[in-house]
Amino acid sequence: MNPENCWYTQEHEWVRIEGDVATIGITHHAQQQLGDVVYVDLPEVGATLNQHQPFGSIDSVKTASDLFSPISGEVVEVNSAVTDDPAVVNADPFGQGWMLRVRPSDLAEADTLMTADQYGLYTQES
Amino acid sequence: MVPFAGWMMPVQYTGVIDEHRAVRSAAGLFDLSHMGEIEILGEQALSFLNYALTNDAAKLEPGSAQYTLIPYTDGTIVDDAILYRLDDRYLLVVNASNVEKDLDWLRHQALGFPAAEIRDVSDQTALVAVQGPCSEEVLRPLMDADVVTLGYYHATQAMVCGASVLVARTGYTGEDGFEIFVESGDATRVWHALLAQGKPLGLIPVGLAARDTLRLEAKMALYGHEISDQTNPIEAGLGWAVSLEKGDFVGREALERERRLGPARKLIGFEMLERGVPRAEQPIYKDGVQVGFVTSGTYSPTLNKPIGLGYVPTRFSRLETEIDILVRDRPIRARVVRTPFYKRERGASP
Repeated sequence: MNPENCWYTQEHEWVRIEGDVATIGITHHAQQQLGDVVYVDLPEVGATLNQHQPFGSIDSVKTASDLFSPISGEVVEVNSAVTDDPAVVNADPFGQGWMLRVRPSDLAEADTLMTADQYGLYTQES
Repeated sequence: MVPFAGWMMPVQYTGVIDEHRAVRSAAGLFDLSHMGEIEILGEQALSFLNYALTNDAAKLEPGSAQYTLIPYTDGTIVDDAILYRLDDRYLLVVNASNVEKDLDWLRHQALGFPAAEIRDVSDQTALVAVQGPCSEEVLRPLMDADVVTLGYYHATQAMVCGASVLVARTGYTGEDGFEIFVESGDATRVWHALLAQGKPLGLIPVGLAARDTLRLEAKMALYGHEISDQTNPIEAGLGWAVSLEKGDFVGREALERERRLGPARKLIGFEMLERGVPRAEQPIYKDGVQVGFVTSGTYSPTLNKPIGLGYVPTRFSRLETEIDILVRDRPIRARVVRTPFYKRERGASP
């Protein structure tokens, strides 16, 4: 269920690093807990992200939640499909529901995150 | 599943918006077995109820029901409830999280009424609701009683799948619908029969999350939010459930004064003019000053926009008044609107 090629945070975001670009989104577990997503607020291209700091917010019918960055870096692309039609986050959280593409400032930060297996255990426990 | 007042309850089955829309367009099935059921019997049952509750129970014919409140002496609220008059007793249906508190309070109030008996039947009573425009069609083939002619806020005994039930035309969604009280042992059977009967008509099970969005669109109060031991029925817009025409009752003096002077604050409905979903307890601002707070907020699946309820000083309660809601520390513009946010079109159904 959780792709092997991603790293995971305790706040249920994922990051996939390909070359010098990192793609960020929220996990299937997160979208399930939130239920129907109605708004996603994301930073603009050029914004700076700091690892484990809020970079945006997400509202579902039920509740609101901050989004925490899995990695530090500069935003190079924002997925407008997500802000235009937030339901895509529920439908395809690891695919079309990606949120940001970032140029990471320190790739070593990824080592502090959970692997797919570790995250799987983490969500079973919580 | 989440723990709720000591019960394990499904927050959602298929998804809040799906479930919400099923109730507005077809029908939804709710497990409300967590609700509290209290029977009141004896010669002084009526005089006790008229002392301990705000509405006038003397107006009830056998087989009818009314919305009512359990008041504190200062006019604030212990709980809200539906009171049914049955042939030989009254049935008071209260909120799950308040059952113990309600019983303690009611038993204390009943000390002056030795011929009124209070019985907690919550554990042996399950409650299943069918809500939505297709409700009548779902129930009709399953019940030996005539649910078609059963009026709004009326109840009757019936048999369904060999189980003896009390079926009431009441609900918490703003739709036509029924609530079915059944002995706990029969509840699963009745649930599955309703589900099987309703499925072809579009009925699906509905969880707590959609129950909340449905009642909010219909501006129905939720204890702990719009009403509490910090609020009174007059400011909450529930003055219609307070009868000052009957004799003495708990909180009468305070409520009479509140009605005479007019409430200093009022419960309003508002819609957001900018992006942002209001949530309970967020501050309401007017011209940069905090003047109130949100009691409930959500994204309305019917209106496709964020809506909320909250308290503001009476002078800011007028329709069209612009206010700001502090959503995640950012003021978001909102406007006072007419409530309920959603009102079903009344056709042939009562």
